[in-house]
Amino acid sequence: MKRLLLATAAGALLAGAAGAEEIKMGMSLGFTGPLESMAPGMAAGAELAMKEVSESGLLLDGSTVVPVQGDSTCTDAAAATATVERLITAEGVRGIVGGMCSGETIASLQNVAVPNGVVMISPSATSPALSTIDDNGLFFRTSPSDARQGEIMAEIMMEKGVQNAAVTYTNNDYGKGLADAFAAAFQEKGGTVTVNAAHDDGKADYSAEVAALAAAGGDALVVAGYVDQGGSGIVRAALDTGAFDRFVFPDGMVGQALVDNFGSEIDGSFGQNPAAEGEGRDKFLAMAEEAGFDGTSAYSAEAYDAAALMLLSMAAAKSSDPNVWKNSVMDVANAPGEQILPGDLAKALEIINGGGDVDYVGASAVEMVEPGESAGTFREVSFENGEMTVVGYR
Amino acid sequence: MDILNALVAFLNFVFIPAAAYGAQLALGALGVTLIYAILRFSNFAHGDTMAFGTAITILVTWGLQSLGVSLGPLPTALLALPVGIAATAVLVLGTDRAVYRFYRAQRAAPIIFVMASVGVMFVMNGLTRLLIGVDEQRFDDGARFIIAVRDFREWSGLAEGLALRSTQALTVVVTAIVCAALFWFLNRTKSGKAMRAYSDNEDLALLSGIDPERVVRLTWIIAAALMTIAGVLYGLDKSFRPFNYFQILLPIFAAAIVGGLGNPVGAIAGGFLVAFSEVAVTYPWVKVAGYLFPGWQPGGLLQLLGTEYKFAVSFVILIVVLLFRPTGLFSGKSV
Repeated sequence: MKRLLLATAAGALLAGAAGAEEIKMGMSLGFTGPLESMAPGMAAGAELAMKEVSESGLLLDGSTVVPVQGDSTCTDAAAATATVERLITAEGVRGIVGGMCSGETIASLQNVAVPNGVVMISPSATSPALSTIDDNGLFFRTSPSDARQGEIMAEIMMEKGVQNAAVTYTNNDYGKGLADAFAAAFQEKGGTVTVNAAHDDGKADYSAEVAALAAAGGDALVVAGYVDQGGSGIVRAALDTGAFDRFVFPDGMVGQALVDNFGSEIDGSFGQNPAAEGEGRDKFLAMAEEAGFDGTSAYSAEAYDAAALMLLSMAAAKSSDPNVWKNSVMDVANAPGEQILPGDLAKALEIINGGGDVDYVGASAVEMVEPGESAGTFREVSFENGEMTVVGYR
Repeated sequence: MDILNALVAFLNFVFIPAAAYGAQLALGALGVTLIYAILRFSNFAHGDTMAFGTAITILVTWGLQSLGVSLGPLPTALLALPVGIAATAVLVLGTDRAVYRFYRAQRAAPIIFVMASVGVMFVMNGLTRLLIGVDEQRFDDGARFIIAVRDFREWSGLAEGLALRSTQALTVVVTAIVCAALFWFLNRTKSGKAMRAYSDNEDLALLSGIDPERVVRLTWIIAAALMTIAGVLYGLDKSFRPFNYFQILLPIFAAAIVGGLGNPVGAIAGGFLVAFSEVAVTYPWVKVAGYLFPGWQPGGLLQLLGTEYKFAVSFVILIVVLLFRPTGLFSGKSV
């Protein structure tokens, strides 16, 4: 029996050290739930990177990459935990692109990924709580923390001369994190937050919430909610009662749905969401079009980058063991080294295999800051004449 | 000027929303109280039956809208309302035949009826979701405002704005008409008197030749009309989502019990009492106070409870009334 175990262990070691293997990569995304319209674009982005690497034949002596999808539901932490558990223990994935929403990501990371030593790179979980979480170096994200978004939002508001504002947020990890980060940044810049109150999604009527916000007053109302949920309800009630006519919209609200819902009623409002510009993004959009999906879909580019970062880190660490390659992620993502855009993954693998250094830029201009999250570029938008226009990037 | 501003802020954020909400609760509570008076049980399926009637009305409204039919400034849903009421009446009569009649024949205890109605609630719940889904639906059309904020500010020159949505006015007007019609029916017509007689004493009513099954059928039909109208008004004024109709059950019961179960006047008073308490307790009075007492600078928002605790207000009212005055303010039957 002992000999058999030894033989198996030796065999496993051999297989790990040399020769091509089939590397399974998990995806824990909310294919059902409140953000289900975004998940297919994200999965397509991640799979595009995996296919590119797999077909190059340059990863760890010609290993192939197989994607495995799992449904994180976005809102149900127990379901997401079960999904990640399955990906790790039953499928034996070597890394996970996910989760999608902050609360669900925190739960599956703490309960499954960290105890099992598997890396998760989230394309879209933005809660500041994930910056300080105890993750053994196993968690990264290619999207910026909302703490950063809070600063950017405060900056834009100050430039527009909004000195005091009321804040309402959707009652979950994302909303609370963003609202608190914003309030801190805004006050630091000399602004006044008149009230910082939660609203629950899925209510029929938000007039009571808006009455409270109106009583506190302010030049503008910051709505850190979801456009398909209570966020729009708040804006509707605020417009109807005349409580506010100027709004500031963070990423959960910026979308075509907002324009469809309110048209020119929200003229003079503004907002921002994470989105990069530049050569990498253009290249990714072209590749996405060729592959038959919409690359502009929210967080699709970030998902591509998450998958690409994982695979390049494996190559750099010369191992598919997450506990080994987790240490290479920051090196691969940042300077020094040759800049890598989407579609250049084969070139990147060649450089790495030849002992060189790469600086992964990717589709969303990845620049990782400690503790393993994107520094982030934001797109500033404004609403005029019933239309949303992009003002610039910062 | 400041007093006017305070008054307008009060009207805009407290009085008008609470009056519309109160009217919706009053209609719901009337249905509950009617069923309690005549069938002698608390109908837990009330909220979900409201949702069913509203769902049918919405579907018919969409059909009418696609045909190009509209009522001008009034919402098209008013045209679809009779269809919704008819469908709901058929459904509740079917439910009565399939479920409640069996227990009535056995003269089962009220608690058994209540439990049966919980079962019915879950079935209706599923039925509505199969019919129209779980998502939020909007079906209001026509003019949105009678008084819009911007126009009011320009007209009056006040700092505070006043908005009166057409659905809010419609709610109050329709509720007044429905209540008047119901009281006329109960007090003036033979069938109405038969219902009241049956409610007062079942056996005596039987002896004087009143057909109990007919009274029961009539009750269900009236209740179906009340439920559908309440549901449609609520959906028009706020928005339709099946889950919200389940949640509204609590304030409706609070309203019916506060007023005195089985007492129609009590149900209406209770509806407004619950609505005004909910809104007034969760409203921050700092702005109104600021206008009335310009020299006073309160530290907080003068808000008794956060808006998250809105539903808790109905609970508290319910408990206080049950503890100290179980028959309600207008002495209905004790629970």
